[in-house]
Amino acid sequence: MSAPAIPRAVRERTLLRSLSLVIVGGLLIALITGALSSYRNLQLAYGGYYFAALAGLTVLAGLSGQISLGHGALMAVGAYTSGLLIGNEGWALVPALVAAAGVSAIIGIPLGLAASRLRGPYLAGATLAFAVGLPALADKFPSTFGGENGLTINPSMPPSWLGSNFALERWEAWIACACALIVLFVLYNLVHSGVGRSLRAVRDDEIAASLCGLHVGRNQTVAFVVSAACAGLGGGVFTVVNQLAAPGSFQVQLSLYLLAGVVIGGLGSLVGAIWGAALLVFLPNWTTDLANSFSLSTNVSHNLPLAIYGVVLIAAMLLWPSGIQGGFRSLGSWLWHRRGRRSRSPGAPADRPSAAS
Amino acid sequence: MESRELPGAAHRLSVEDVTVSFGGIRALDRVSVEVSTGEVLGVIGPNGAGKTTLFNVICGFVAPDAGTLSWRGKTLHRIRPHRLSSLGIARTLQGVGLFGRMTVLENVMVGAQHFRRAGIASAMVALPRSDKDERDLRDRALATLAELDCAGIADRLPGTLPFAVQKRVALARALVAEPELLLLDEPAGGLGADELTELRGVIERIGREIAVMVVEHHMDLVMSVCDRVVVLDFGRVIAAGDPAAIKSDPRVLEAYLGREAEGPEALTAAEAGNAGRP
Ligand SMILES: Nc1ncnc2c1ncn2[C@@H]1O[C@H](COP(=O)(O)OP(=O)(O)O)[C@@H](O)[C@H]1O
Ligand SMILES: [Mg+2]
Repeated sequence: MSAPAIPRAVRERTLLRSLSLVIVGGLLIALITGALSSYRNLQLAYGGYYFAALAGLTVLAGLSGQISLGHGALMAVGAYTSGLLIGNEGWALVPALVAAAGVSAIIGIPLGLAASRLRGPYLAGATLAFAVGLPALADKFPSTFGGENGLTINPSMPPSWLGSNFALERWEAWIACACALIVLFVLYNLVHSGVGRSLRAVRDDEIAASLCGLHVGRNQTVAFVVSAACAGLGGGVFTVVNQLAAPGSFQVQLSLYLLAGVVIGGLGSLVGAIWGAALLVFLPNWTTDLANSFSLSTNVSHNLPLAIYGVVLIAAMLLWPSGIQGGFRSLGSWLWHRRGRRSRSPGAPADRPSAAS
Repeated sequence: MESRELPGAAHRLSVEDVTVSFGGIRALDRVSVEVSTGEVLGVIGPNGAGKTTLFNVICGFVAPDAGTLSWRGKTLHRIRPHRLSSLGIARTLQGVGLFGRMTVLENVMVGAQHFRRAGIASAMVALPRSDKDERDLRDRALATLAELDCAGIADRLPGTLPFAVQKRVALARALVAEPELLLLDEPAGGLGADELTELRGVIERIGREIAVMVVEHHMDLVMSVCDRVVVLDFGRVIAAGDPAAIKSDPRVLEAYLGREAEGPEALTAAEAGNAGRP
């Protein structure tokens, strides 16, 4: 956002900016999905629900400085909520997705309260325990949650006004991307409001923040709940797109992948969450191809994605500590300075590592 | 806990018989102090005397074992730090305590955040009133920065600024809340001669309008800006009065000289190590 040419009227109207983002994004998606194959549309839909969860997580980790290894489980909460409501109760799509976000937010309250009392490794441990423990519930109550097989629902068909030959996958991509855009809208607004600034203040110095009138625990809990709602919405969409919510999809690895996606994309950056989502969609394919081309045993190939994530994560943290988006940003400002614009203040220009751009 | 005061009500803080122990250490022992609007109260004493602890009690970071605090004529029961700014109390921390990854402007805007009116729901959907809050906070922050000659550095990160300038930003962050009582914990620490002169001017100016409590080692500063001085030693008030009287009080000289045997260098080094964090 270092480009100085943004008119004041736009700069000072958050709604104008976030709404333009959503409209441009929506139009692009409407157009692009028409040109994509069914398979690519499905991948776009995967990207949409991953983005929702990743965006929530990146705001939590980057802005409020809290680490969660439990977001995979929060996705599961949303996935099972929409699965139960659509499959068993016959709810319509929109209310079921709202409920998925809502139930995850409610589960996020006790988690967030606990999180606001825990720091660093203790917080990581507590959320990890949640991620490990929750999928076991599906086995505990097989009659409700369908045990190992999970819940299956019928596909959400495209509405008739879109025409009879509108592809199901394109419709699913629309649903997922619409949810992703809603998440983008809300989080963009939050990040650029006083709420976002308060979260960053609490992250940087809790004592100074409380002397400025901020309730540290309340701010941290709010961040956790908002983030949980985003993950829940992502999970709700997961069930709609895959027509299945099963424990196998929400193992603890998912939480690790999400965190890795956020770190690699760029902590605190909403654009970084797009990179993270792309990574989560494409990496499993690449690793499978890799495993096949080396004809590795299934035992090895099953664990290959996790191993590759580990390697990429370590490499990213060493080489590009601010993630892909941070790398692009520093590349951008480097190019900007090379154009001879040295008229800015001599010290480091205030490049905000945490504000999403 | 508080309500907006009636006009003419006592604008003052009084600390009565406050005692604080940390394990075996009596950090404060039946300490009573008062400060009124338009007054600058100096709190001095050797390292470890309990000065920061006194501030921590006033700010609610440390609950006193005994004693009461009252503010504008009302007893404060349980003080919670995040309520202070809306009570009209602001504090700077020993050291700097700025938000390191936020610009100077943002730092000061956080200081003004109790003026925010819009809630999280308006922020989520970016209602105009959320933007209006932002403009209001930005205007307040820029005005306060300008008052302290910091307008030119609004977009800088604190870490890129000289220490003395960082301290001025921290002061701006406290002042932007428009407090009626300002607690300054070692504002002169690490400042050079010119910066001290500036600080003296600032404290004198603020001190005419609101109540100020200053913890400070720098005797020249204390003697020139304070209307009254309280001396703490081993958690006790050993003397109180106007600066001239304090300067020649034998008990004060003894408290300082007794400690001075350790060498003034050792004293300042220990003080710097004790970040003064609650
Ligand atoms: N949180 C704490 N826990 C234990 N002891 C403390 C704590 N805070 C201060 N003390 C002790 O209380 C005494 C007074 O400390 P402090 O108020 O920081 O002194 P000053 O600011 O006058 O140098 C010291 O002996 C210090 O070690
Ligand atoms: Mg101290």
